[in-house]
Amino acid sequence: MNSSHKSVKINGKCRFWHFPLFRFISHMEDTGLDKKVAAVTMRGVSKSFGSVIANDKVDLDIYKGEILALLGENGSGKTTLMNMLSGIYFPDEGQIFINGEEVVIASPKDAFSHGIGMVHQHFKLVDVLDATENIILGLPGKLNKKEAAAKIREICDKYGFDVDPDQKIYNMSVSQKQTVEIVKVLYRGADILILDEPTAVLTPQETEKLFVVLRKMREDGKAIVIITHKMHEVESLSDRVAVLRRGAYVGDMMTKDTNAQEMTDMMVGHSVTLNIERPDPVDPHKRIAVRGLTVRSLDGILKLDDVSFDAYSGEILGIAGISGCGQKELLEAIAGLQQAEAGSISYVSDDGRKEELLGKDPLKIQEMGVTLSFVPEDRLGMGLVGNMDLTDNMMLRSFRKGSGLFTDRKAPHDLAEQVISELEVVTPGVDTPVRKLSGGNVQKILVGREIASAPKVLLTAYAVRGLDINSSYTIYDLINRQKKAGVAVIFVGEDLDVLLEISDRILVLCGGKVSGIIDGRTADKNQVGLMMTQVGGEDNGR
Amino acid sequence: MADNVKNTAKDPLFHISKRDDYSTKRSWGVRAIAIVAALIVCAILTTCLTGDNPIKVYATIVSGAFGSARKTWVTFQNLSILLIISLALTPAFKMRFWNIGGEGQVLIGGLAAAACMICLGDRLPAGLYVPNGVVVLLMVISSIVAGAVWALIPAILKAVWNTNETLSTLMMNYIATQLVAYYIIKWEVPKGSGKIGIINQNSNLGWLVQLFGNKYLLSIVVAAILTFAMVIYLNYSKHGYEIAVVGESERTARYVGMKVKKVIIRTMLLSGAMCGIAGLLLVGSINHTLTTTIAGGQGFTAVMVSWLAKFNPITMIFTSLLIVFLERGAGEISTTFGLNQSFADILTGIILFFIIGCEFFIHYKINFRKSAKEEKENDD
Repeated sequence: MNSSHKSVKINGKCRFWHFPLFRFISHMEDTGLDKKVAAVTMRGVSKSFGSVIANDKVDLDIYKGEILALLGENGSGKTTLMNMLSGIYFPDEGQIFINGEEVVIASPKDAFSHGIGMVHQHFKLVDVLDATENIILGLPGKLNKKEAAAKIREICDKYGFDVDPDQKIYNMSVSQKQTVEIVKVLYRGADILILDEPTAVLTPQETEKLFVVLRKMREDGKAIVIITHKMHEVESLSDRVAVLRRGAYVGDMMTKDTNAQEMTDMMVGHSVTLNIERPDPVDPHKRIAVRGLTVRSLDGILKLDDVSFDAYSGEILGIAGISGCGQKELLEAIAGLQQAEAGSISYVSDDGRKEELLGKDPLKIQEMGVTLSFVPEDRLGMGLVGNMDLTDNMMLRSFRKGSGLFTDRKAPHDLAEQVISELEVVTPGVDTPVRKLSGGNVQKILVGREIASAPKVLLTAYAVRGLDINSSYTIYDLINRQKKAGVAVIFVGEDLDVLLEISDRILVLCGGKVSGIIDGRTADKNQVGLMMTQVGGEDNGR
Repeated sequence: MADNVKNTAKDPLFHISKRDDYSTKRSWGVRAIAIVAALIVCAILTTCLTGDNPIKVYATIVSGAFGSARKTWVTFQNLSILLIISLALTPAFKMRFWNIGGEGQVLIGGLAAAACMICLGDRLPAGLYVPNGVVVLLMVISSIVAGAVWALIPAILKAVWNTNETLSTLMMNYIATQLVAYYIIKWEVPKGSGKIGIINQNSNLGWLVQLFGNKYLLSIVVAAILTFAMVIYLNYSKHGYEIAVVGESERTARYVGMKVKKVIIRTMLLSGAMCGIAGLLLVGSINHTLTTTIAGGQGFTAVMVSWLAKFNPITMIFTSLLIVFLERGAGEISTTFGLNQSFADILTGIILFFIIGCEFFIHYKINFRKSAKEEKENDD
C-alpha cells in the first residue's frame, strides 16, 4: 500500500501511471524488500444484475505468499467479485491481470487454466463418488485413478491434509468434504486460492487445522483470499484485509496495523458498537422441559438420543454442536415439526400447568394457546416464501384469523410496515418479493414476524448465518430484548464466540447426545469445542 | 487509458445477463414485436413453399375465426371450453402439482353425463320416465363427481406416497379413453357403427338449456363465471393462499401448520371437478354425443394456455383466445387454399414459438462485445 503511494511521487508526471501493468511493474521495483508480487490485479471491474450493481469499478490486488481477507457486509459484492475471478460470472467491464498479463475468464475452465481455484460456501461434490473420483471429475485425459490417488496423497503430505482418497463423500464429515474441495483445487494446479466462508461449518479445532494448512500454503508462495465475517479469524489468519462496501472498493490495510473495530467501521461506513449485552435473567421460571427425547430420521438414523434439559423464561439457552448433530431436529421437535420415537416435551405455563407438545402439529400447539415462535435455519425455504411479498409473508402466521372464506390483508400489511420501520428493513416497498432482499433484511422480516406475536418461547437456529456484522448485532439486540421481556429463548448458534457472549447457559450436543450443560459466563471456548466432538469433553480417543 | 491498453485477450462475442427492470409496457412491446416477426417469417415461408399470397392467407385466418356470426360464436364457444379446462388446471399448477390429466378428467366427466342421458333416456324399460330436470341435475352431479374422482386418485397417490403426479395423471388419461371406447361400443347406435350418434335426438332429454335461444351461449357464460370465481378464489381466499404457499414451499406450509396433504387433495378435487364441467358442457350442450376424441387434446393445450398466462385467469382469456384463433384460422386456410392441415400447424407452431421465445428477451439481456471502435469512443 505504502509502496504504491511512493510510486505516485516517483512517477508523478508519468502519463502511464493509470495503466495497471505499469503500476504493477513500479510496484515490483519499489517493493523489492517485501518481495510482494501481484498474482491477480483487478482494475475497474464492474458487474450488475438487472438494476442491482453488485460490483462498481473495483480495483483489487492479490499478492503471492499472502493471505488476504476480503471483508464487507452482506450484499457488498465479495462473492460476486470472487465469482468473476473463478469464471462463474463474467464482468460487465474492467480488466483482470494474472501475473501481469491481461486475461479473459469466461468459464471455470479458464479460471483453472490461470491457476485460480475457488472453494465455495456450498460444496460442489458428488456424494456417491469417492474423494479421488470427485477430484479428477471433469479433467481431460485418461482416467487413471491410481495415479490420481498417488498425486492426491502427495498433495496431502505436502500441506498436511488428512484425506483418504478412497473414502466416499457421503461417509465424510463436513470438514473432510471441505478438505476434498481444497485438494481438488490444488490438484488442478491452483496458485490462487479463494475460500468463501470456509469456517462457517467447522468446529474451533477444525478451523485451527484449516488455518495451519492455509499458512503452509502461504509459505509455499500461493495467493490466498478468504471471505469471512468472523473478525477474530481475520485477525489470527490474514496478512492484509481489503474492504468492500456496497459493491465498491473502500481500501486495504495490513492486519497487524488494524483491529476489529476499525475494520467493522470501514465495512459499515460509520462507527458501530461491538458488544453483546448479557443481562442477568430476571425471575426465571421453568418454561420448557424436555425429557428423554429420542428422534430418528426417516432413514432410521438416530438424530437425538435421550436428550433432557430445561429452558427457563427470561433466559437464553445456547445450543452448541457441529452441524448435523441434532440441533435442527431438537428445535423442530419443540415446534411440532418433528416426530419423536420417545420422550416428552412439556410446556409449563405461567400458572404451572403442563402441556405436552410432542405429537402435536404447529396448528394444534397454536390452538392450545402456546405462543411459540420459531426462526428456522432455512429462512427462504421454511420461514418465509421467497416469491411472495412482505405482506403475504407476514400473513403466514395470521391468515387463519377470522371465520370467513377470505383472507384479511390489512393487518399483515400494517405489520409489514411496522417491521420495516422498527427494524430498519431496506426494501423498495411492502410489495417486493422477499427473495429480492439481502440476507440481513430477510432475517429481520422473519424475526420481526416471529416476535410480533409476543411469544413465550423463541426458538432460533443460526439466526445470524450469512449476516454481516451490523445486521448480526441488530438481531442479537432483538433477541436480548425478548429475553428481557421474559421469553424463554433457545439459541442455536455456530459462532462459539457469540454463543459464549450471549448465552446464560449452553447446552452442548454431540452426535445427538447431550454432551453437557455449562454456564455461559464461565465457559471456556476450547472446552466447548472438545465437548462438541466428544461427549463430556473428555479425550477418549488417545 | 484506452491508448495504452492492447487488447491482448479477446472477450467472448456476447454474454447473457438477467434483467428485471422491464416495465409492463415494454414487455408487451417485445411481445408485439415477436408476433410481427412471427407473421413475417410465416409470410416468407408461405410464399416460398406454396406460392400463395401471405396477406390473403392471413386474411383467411381472420375470416376463419371471425368471418361470420356463426364462426365467431363457434370461436367463442371453443374458447370457453379451452378456458374452463385451463382454469381447472391452474390451481393445481399453482400448487406445483403437474396435472396433465385434464384430458382424462374431461373425458370421464363427459362419459358420466352421457351415461345419465343414455341410461335414463330411451333405454329405460317402457313405462318408466325420468323428468328432464332430474336427468340434467344427475348429469351435473355425476360429471363433476367423475372428474373429481379422476383427479382424486393421483392426488391421493401423491399426498400419501409421494408418487410422481405427471405419470399418474397421464396414465389416468389412457384409462379414461379406453373406458369411453368400451362404452361407445356398448351403447353404439346403430349396432356395428362403432358410434353413439346424437343422444336422445327426438326427446332432447338431458340436453342442457339454450340461454336466450342461443345454443353457443351456455358454455360461454359458464366460462365467464368460472373465470371470475377463480380470480377471487386464487387471490383472495384462504384456500388460494394455502395453494400458493404449498406450491412455493411445502416446508413453509408445514412450518405454519398447514395440512399439506389436505390442501393437495382438496385442490385436485376442485381441478378435476372443473374438468368434469367441461366434459358436461361438451356432451350435454355442444355435441350431444360422446367420442373418444371429444376433448380433442384440449387437456394438453390447456397446460400451455395456463403457463403462457403465468397462471393468471384474466390473461388466460387472451392466451386461450390466441390458441383457438390460430386453430380455427389454420383449419380455414387448409380448406380454402387446398393446403393440408399440417401446413396450418406449421404456421401455428412458428407463431407460438415466437410468442414463447420472446419471454427470454424480456427476462434477459444479451450484451455483445463492444467493437474496438466503440470502446474507444466510449473512453474518449
